[in-house]
Amino acid sequence: MKNLISIENVSKTFGKYKALNNVSLEIEKGEIFALLGPNGAGKTTLISAICGLCRQSSGNITVNSFNTVTHYKETRNQIGLVPQELPLDGFESVYNSCQFSRGLFGLKESQGHIENILKALSLFDKRDEQIFGLSGGMKRRLLIAKALAHEPKILFLDEPTAGVDVSLRRDIWKLIEDQKKKGVTIILTTHYIEEAEQLADRVGIINSGEIILVNNKTALMSEFSKKTTFIRLNKKLNDHSFIKENKRISIIENGMTLKLVGINNTSNELQALVNSLSQRGIGFTEINTVDNSLEDIFLDLVKAQ
Amino acid sequence: MNVQAAITIYRFEMSRFRRTIFQSLVAPIITTSLYFVVFGAAIGSKIETINGVSYGSFIVPGLIMLYLMTESINNAAFGIYFPKFVGSIFEVLSAPVSSLEATIGYVGAAASKSTIIGLMIFLTSNLFVTHDIKYPLIMAVFIILTAITFSLFGFIIGIWAQNWEKLSIIPTLLVTPLVFLGGSFYSIDMLPEFWQKVSLLNPVFYLISGFRWSFFGTSEIPIVMSLIAIVSFMTICLAIIAVIFKTGYRLRT
Repeated sequence: MKNLISIENVSKTFGKYKALNNVSLEIEKGEIFALLGPNGAGKTTLISAICGLCRQSSGNITVNSFNTVTHYKETRNQIGLVPQELPLDGFESVYNSCQFSRGLFGLKESQGHIENILKALSLFDKRDEQIFGLSGGMKRRLLIAKALAHEPKILFLDEPTAGVDVSLRRDIWKLIEDQKKKGVTIILTTHYIEEAEQLADRVGIINSGEIILVNNKTALMSEFSKKTTFIRLNKKLNDHSFIKENKRISIIENGMTLKLVGINNTSNELQALVNSLSQRGIGFTEINTVDNSLEDIFLDLVKAQ
Repeated sequence: MNVQAAITIYRFEMSRFRRTIFQSLVAPIITTSLYFVVFGAAIGSKIETINGVSYGSFIVPGLIMLYLMTESINNAAFGIYFPKFVGSIFEVLSAPVSSLEATIGYVGAAASKSTIIGLMIFLTSNLFVTHDIKYPLIMAVFIILTAITFSLFGFIIGIWAQNWEKLSIIPTLLVTPLVFLGGSFYSIDMLPEFWQKVSLLNPVFYLISGFRWSFFGTSEIPIVMSLIAIVSFMTICLAIIAVIFKTGYRLRT
C-alpha cells in the first residue's frame, strides 16, 4: 500500500524536555492507524507536528509527498483534525461554526454538505443553537463535524471518545469506519485500547517520545499472544512450596485461585500442576483460560521499555 | 492565495460585532454625547474659539480619533486573543491559511468595526455641533489608515497577551493617556512651552493633528508629518507581525 504520511527522524524539544526523539513512521493510504501510548508519551505532539500546530526541532514530515513546512498549504488541505480538548467558540451557532471550518480551507459555503454531516452526527436539530448550550458529547461530535467540513483525505482523531458514554462511543466508531470506507486515512490516538483493537488496521506504540513498536494489529496480537489460566480451587492452598520455583504462577483471591500466565498448549504444564494439587488433596471447581488483550500487550511493552 | 479563508475569518469576526451591535454602537454614542455635554457645553462655553474653530467643533476630530484608536486596538486584540484563550485558534493554525490571509481577516474586521463606530460618532457629533469638512478625502484616508494601523497594533497585543490583564494593560495604561495627552480636547498652543515640546514626543498627537487638519484646514504641524507618523507606525506593526508569524511566537509551540 502507498505511504501517505512519512515521518523521518522527527525530534521535538521543549527547553530541555525531549517530547519526540528521532521518530520515524509511515502511515499507509486508506488505513486506520492507532497510535497508543501513556500520558505524556508524545502522541499529541506528533499529531501537532504533522498538522502544523507545532514545529519539529529536526526531521522531515511529508503528506502525500508534500513537505509540511515548505508546502504547508498542500499538506494541511488534506488534513482534518479533531483535537483532544473541546476548543470551541461557544457564542457561534453549530452551523456557522462548521461553515467557518470549511471556509478556512478555501471552500465556499455548502449548505448541503454541512447539513449531511450534521445529520450523520445527530446534530442537525441543533444547527442553529449556540455551541455553549450543547452537552459535552454534542461538542465532541461537533468537533468531528468541523473536521469533516472540508472533506479531508486524512483524519486525525486525538482521543475522540475521551469522556463520552458507551452509546456515543459506538456511534463515533461507526462514523470512523464509514470514513474509512470512503477512502479516508485515519490516525487515531486513544487511551481505550479496546477502541484500537476494534478499529485499527495497524498499531503504533509510543513511549517517552520514541516509537517502540509498529505492527499490523492481527500480527501484533498473534506475536505477543499469551494465555492466562485461572484454576479456582475447592479449598484454600496453604502449602506453596511446589509452585515457588515457577514465576509464572501466582496465588490470588486469598489462596483460592491459581493464576498461570503464558501457559504453553503443547506442554503438559497444566496437567502437572493439577496432579500436584491432587496429591495434596486439593481439587478444582473451574478452569478458565483467556487470551491476552491488546491492552495487556500494550502494558507489557511499555513496562518493558 | 486563500482569499476565501481571509473572507471567512472576516465574516466570522463581523458576526461577533453583529451579535453585540447594541453594546458596540450605543455605548460609544452615549459616551460621545456626554463628552459634548461636559466638554462642549460646560467647558466650551468658557472658550470662545481655537484657531478660529468653535470648541465644540474642535473636539470632534479628537473624539473620533479617541474611539477609532481604542476600538481598533480592543477589537483586534480581543479577536485574536479569544480563540487563543478558548483554544479554537488551532483551527486557523492547522488550516492552509498564510499569515497574510489571517492578518487580513482579523485586522480587516477589527478596522471595519472601529470605522463604523468612528462614523457613528461623527454622525452623533452633528447633533451637537455643525461643521464642514474641508478635505473629506483626506479625512477618509486618515480614518482608514488609523483604523488599520491600530488594529495591527491591537492584533500584536492580542497575540502577546497571555491573560485578560495583559490584554487590557497597554490600551489602558499607554494608549488612552497618549490619546488624551495628544490634543484630543485642546490645542497644544494652550500649553506652556515645556509641555508643548513634550507633546511633540507623543506619536498620537501627530495623528490627531493631521486628522483635525482634514476637518478645518489648520493644524499645529504640517499634514505630511502626520502622514509620515501613521505610515511609520503601520510599517513597524507589519514588521512585528511578520516576525510573529515567522517564529510562531505565542501561536505555535
